[in-house]
This record gives sequence, structure tokens and C-alpha cells, in this order.
Amino acid sequence: MSLSVDISKELNGFILDVKWEIGREIGVLFGFSGSGKSLTLKAISGLMTPDEGSIISNGVVLFDSSANISIPVQQRSFGYVFQTLALFPHMKVKDNIGFGAKEKDKRQIRGKVHDLIKLFHLEGLQDKYPSEISGGQKQRVAFARALIGNPSTLLLDEPFSALDNPLRHEMGQLLLYIRKEFDIPIVLVTHDIFEAYTLADKLIVYSNGQIALVGKPSEILKQPVTPELEALLNVKAFVQRLSHLTP
Amino acid sequence: MGSRGLICGRGASPLPLWMGLREGVANPCGRGKALTSFPFNVFSLQLSLQVSLVSTLLSVLVGLPVAYILARRDFFAKELMEILFTIPLVLPPTVTGYYLVILFGRNGLIGNVIYRATGWSIMFTWYAAVLASFIVSIPLMIRASKAAIESIDTNLINVAYTLGHGEFETAVRVVIPLAKNGIVAGAILSFARGIGEFGATIMLAGNIPGKTDTMPIAIYTLAASGEWTKTHLMVIILTVISGAVIYLSNRFTKRTFF
Repeated sequence: MSLSVDISKELNGFILDVKWEIGREIGVLFGFSGSGKSLTLKAISGLMTPDEGSIISNGVVLFDSSANISIPVQQRSFGYVFQTLALFPHMKVKDNIGFGAKEKDKRQIRGKVHDLIKLFHLEGLQDKYPSEISGGQKQRVAFARALIGNPSTLLLDEPFSALDNPLRHEMGQLLLYIRKEFDIPIVLVTHDIFEAYTLADKLIVYSNGQIALVGKPSEILKQPVTPELEALLNVKAFVQRLSHLTP
Repeated sequence: MGSRGLICGRGASPLPLWMGLREGVANPCGRGKALTSFPFNVFSLQLSLQVSLVSTLLSVLVGLPVAYILARRDFFAKELMEILFTIPLVLPPTVTGYYLVILFGRNGLIGNVIYRATGWSIMFTWYAAVLASFIVSIPLMIRASKAAIESIDTNLINVAYTLGHGEFETAVRVVIPLAKNGIVAGAILSFARGIGEFGATIMLAGNIPGKTDTMPIAIYTLAASGEWTKTHLMVIILTVISGAVIYLSNRFTKRTFF
């Protein structure tokens, strides 16, 4: 299982030109807001069409500008969790999750929803509306909905940015659990350095629509950084934060 | 006997009903007795409700897809389409009616084709009143629904696509339920506009007592002939209906379901 991305896109004067690949791991796209991370996710999912390049998931060509291939968003098998979570406010928790199921048979869908509700500890909440549950619970519903269709890759667009710190940590653990349980490539977009370093198997650092660095978080920390990257990564502040956490 | 015949005559103009009451005949006919006990033009009230209801139904059926397309798509001539679907809102209804006569009159562009094929013309029928109401009220339906659709978080629609649902299914299961308040408010406003429609209706359907005289037209006729008591009553009824409809519409636009 892998995801390989090699795309370029010009959008209102901004140029995105990136190339990277991840396997069954958590690949973190890290960078400032407006560096093209979310745009990359949109292109992978098919919500936006790149100008040029290719997107290959598990050997299946989803987009290839030279061969004129562009599979519609509905037929790409990605679980996408948006920053706002985008839970349907008019649907109960169980219907939100079931909305992502690929099966046609209602009994089968109910069974799958039931399994995911158990897996994500949402028991007792299935008949509640999103407005009636907490932030962390909403998060878990969004993950369950993204995973019910057995996606080939999970795409996460800053899903933890609205949460406070303890909950963020809990969600980080949840993500590690999902990686273990579902064993698929996961792309996580974040501008939080702490999140990036603690969750990433592979860190892909974005800067102004380009890739500045790729590697394991520990390798990147050891590398001599240029002043520009220093500013981007804010390594010193991060190391200070780490030293506070570990006595 | 003569008076009874006049009151109960089939397809009679509403006037005899009124006369019956004035003469103190509470139940002169047996059948349709309820109608005779109102000191106003019951036929017109029924016709107005019927015309508005049908035209509202048409407004929803046509207006909703148009509103969806205008809200969600970008295409050539979108601007023109918006203007065309809004202009009946600002044109004097007589002008809108005049265009409709040019289009649907017996010698009109479309009306002539229908007349030659079937020998039937929409002019001076209650269908003409429906058409007039429909055209003047559809802008309200489109504007309210379009605003409601535009206000939906795009990510909710995008997430439905990423979960494998096509545009039509997403429209039915996500967009319309979320825009429900605006859509219902638009339909209610269309109904209210239809009830009050006068200018385009009189151009297209005329003022045929017992056939095309809707409430506003009957009020005009009654006032012109000095029947003030009846006019007052009908004016009050129309005002109460319109007020109630606006109240309902407000309830729907303010109410949050979730």
C-alpha cells in the first residue's frame, strides 16, 4: 500500500509543485498556512484537478495529465477528514457514519456502523446529533465516517486544530491506533510542530508551494538547518517545549 | 323560486350567493350550503387559494433546480439567467402580463402553436391565472432557495463527494435538507405573492366573474361598483392571509432545526 504524488498547479498566482511518496505510515505535511498542504490533499482526493503530474494510489493511476486520466472524486477511495470535520448537522451520529458506507444493503451498513461505533467508543451516542456531542466525540465520528468505506488512504486536513491540548494528545493516540488497526497510508496536514514531530513516520516540510525537507522527524532534527528552515520549523522553541515535558 | 334558481344556479357568478345572504336566506340550496352563509365572494377566495397553491407547486418544482444551478455552478450566461429569473420581481406586473400575452396569447409565439395544435388557448382560463402567478412569484422562490444553498458549508458537499456520493444524491440527501428553511420560506413567500397577484393575472386571465376573478380582481370590481361592505371584508381576509403567510415565512427563516 502506497501513495505517490507528483503534481503541479497554478492557482491565482500561487504555484504548487510537489513530489513525494508514502507507504503504510503516517506522512505529515507540515508548513505554514498557505504553503499548499491543503491544496495537495484536495488534488489527491479529486476535489481539485492539478495542471500537470500524476497521483498513484496502490498502483492505481488516479490522475495522469500525460495520459489524460482523471478519476472522479466519487470513485477515488479516500477517507477525508476536514478541518471543520464537516459532520452533517441534520443526521444522527449513526447516519453520519453510515453515509460513508459503500454497501447498498441496509442491514450490512447497520452492522458496519455498529462495529465502528464500538471501535471508536461512541456507544450510546448513535442517536444523537453532532450538535449534541463533544469536540472529541465529533472527531471520532468524523474518523469513523471516513473509514467505513475501507479507504485506500486516509487524508486528514488539520483535524485536531480546533481541539485543546489534552484532547489533541488523545486524538494523536487515536491516530496511532487507526494506523495499527487499518494499516493504510495516512496523510496528516498540520502546522503544529509538536503534532508533526510526535505523529509523523515521515515528515514532509512544505514551504511556499514546494517541498523544503523530507525525512524521519529524528533525522530532520539532527540536520543542520538553514536560517530559513530554522524560522519555518521553529526548532528551538520545539526543543524547549520538549525539555519542559520530559523532566 | 326565481330567487332560489338565481342563488343555486350552476356556474353562476358569485353575486347571487351574496344576494342570498342579504335576503336572509341562510340555507337556500341544501348542497353547497356553507358557501351561502358568507357575505363575501367565496368563489374568489377558493380560486385564489387554488391558483396560488398550484403556482407555488410549480415554483418549487422549477425554482429549486434553477436555484441549485445558480448557486452551485458557473457557466456562460449565468448572469443573464439570473436577470431573467429576477426581472418579474421589479417589472410592473402589467408589463410581465403583457410579455405573457405576447408569448401565450392565441397569436403569441407559444400560444399560437398550442392553439393550432389543439384549438385551445390558455387566455381567460384559470390556468392563465396560475401562469401569471407562477411567473411573478418564482423569483422569490429562487432567491430564497439560492441564498440558502449558497450558505451551506462547501466542505459538507465536498465530504459527501469524497464518500462516493454523486451530485444528485448529494443534492437530495445533503443540500436540500440543509437548505430546507430557505426553501420553505421561499415557497411560502411565493404563495403569498400568488395570492396578491393582480396585474399580470388581469392581462392574461381577464376578469370573468365565476371563472377568473381571483380575490384581488374581485376586490377591484367590488370597489369599482361601490359595494363597500363586501370590499372591506375581502380586503381584511386577504390582509389576514398575507400577514399569516409572512409570519409563517419568518418562523421558517429564523428557526434553526439543528
